Amino acid sequence: MDKGTYRVKTGFAEMFKGGVIMDVTTADQARIAEEAGAVAVMALERVPADIRAQGGVARMADPQKIREIQDAVSIPVMAKVRIGHIAEARILEALGVDFIDESEVLTPADPFHHIDKWGFKVPFVCGCRDLGEATRRIAEGAAMIRTKGEAGTGNVIEAVRHMRLLNDQIRRLQGMNRAELISYGKEIGAPVEILELIQEHGRLPVVNFAAGGIATPADAALMRMLGCDGVFVGSGIFKSADPEKRAKAIVVACTHYDDPQVLAEVATGLGEAMPGIPIEAIPETELMQHR
Amino acid sequence: MTIGVLAVQGDVREHLRTLARLGVKGRPVRRPDHLAGLDGIILPGGESTAMWRLMTATGLADAVRRAILAGLPAFGTCAGMILLARQITNWPETFLGVLDVAVERNATGRQVDSFEALVTANGLGELPAVFIRAPAVREIGPGVRALGRLGDEPVLVKQGPLLAASFHPELTGDTRVHELFIQMCRKGEPWQHA
Repeated sequence: MDKGTYRVKTGFAEMFKGGVIMDVTTADQARIAEEAGAVAVMALERVPADIRAQGGVARMADPQKIREIQDAVSIPVMAKVRIGHIAEARILEALGVDFIDESEVLTPADPFHHIDKWGFKVPFVCGCRDLGEATRRIAEGAAMIRTKGEAGTGNVIEAVRHMRLLNDQIRRLQGMNRAELISYGKEIGAPVEILELIQEHGRLPVVNFAAGGIATPADAALMRMLGCDGVFVGSGIFKSADPEKRAKAIVVACTHYDDPQVLAEVATGLGEAMPGIPIEAIPETELMQHR
Repeated sequence: MTIGVLAVQGDVREHLRTLARLGVKGRPVRRPDHLAGLDGIILPGGESTAMWRLMTATGLADAVRRAILAGLPAFGTCAGMILLARQITNWPETFLGVLDVAVERNATGRQVDSFEALVTANGLGELPAVFIRAPAVREIGPGVRALGRLGDEPVLVKQGPLLAASFHPELTGDTRVHELFIQMCRKGEPWQHA
């Protein structure tokens, strides 16, 4: 009986496809997410919009908080660690968290390295802005990728930028011979063996969700139209006027993204979405995606 | 022959790919009208609660239940087994409730306890199997046969035209369980859309 194999990790991520993973900060929110049809919840101390507004150092959530949420729901519970924070990751693994997000939404802990994720039984998801970042994270052992977007903004443009870029780079790989592939790998900082895999299959070798700025059912549908396997919704649900209704609507939109009739129906009467922020209004140093 | 794969959420692509490798046409099923003319349906892995919410949102839950009761062969893997089960021992709802077994959700615990192992199956030999937050079969009705076991635990069960695995044959590249299901679909009486 083999636990923690790469197939067990990536296979688990395959089960999320077509689904919505929701940020929650309390057991009640977790129950709302489960009832709405979330495929997993992300247990957090503060949603990204609050982290952005309050500033300071954002860290792993209190284990007490994570346990409360684990006890409240039957669906998988994810939690975030700071980039490179091996000790936070070991703590989450010991807590039996189902998936760890090594996340730019928290304040990075290691200026040089991400976590070597191969040494863990628990699977990791990591953010990316382009193919170079995606492949480096996969080389480090990430079992799932999500495009970063710009968390806590309620503004989908960065999520779209990152997904478009990723798609474009994967497409460019298709026509390359081996020599070109090696040069391209150098140019974008991507390990060649992983580029070869991607060239062969025409897609990332792991599940890829979209994240960062998704606030409406239409946003979720847009990201699915661009080819992601599912979406993370952070502040978009519990910073809106009617979280229950919005959560359900986003779940349905994520599945029926190619059916405009269904989208029109679920997008109706949701109340106020979270207030958004134009990306230009954010100082360069406060953008989370560059972490 | 066309076999549907419930495509509201989960590892739909892996099942469609396995069907394609076996030369069988697969069809993603998202709406009730996608059921017309199918010879069988696969309920994939995923999150059973999420899948069920999505199925009930569009009337697909009732349509699939009616089709199965009218004789449509069905094959559930992991969450798919939970959808089919008559009873879920640790959850207040029953989903389709057509397969006479009682299952426990997430019986193996959290993801760090998910595992790979070899399963011994009647007539199929040893199968490589991936168990992910897998359900356990706690009770089996008189009309249900345990085709595959891990130790003493039944992990692959069959009841007439219904087949269910608590593991994920679609993740391993081994096609024998799917071949068995395709055979069941061939043998099946033509069913009528109720």
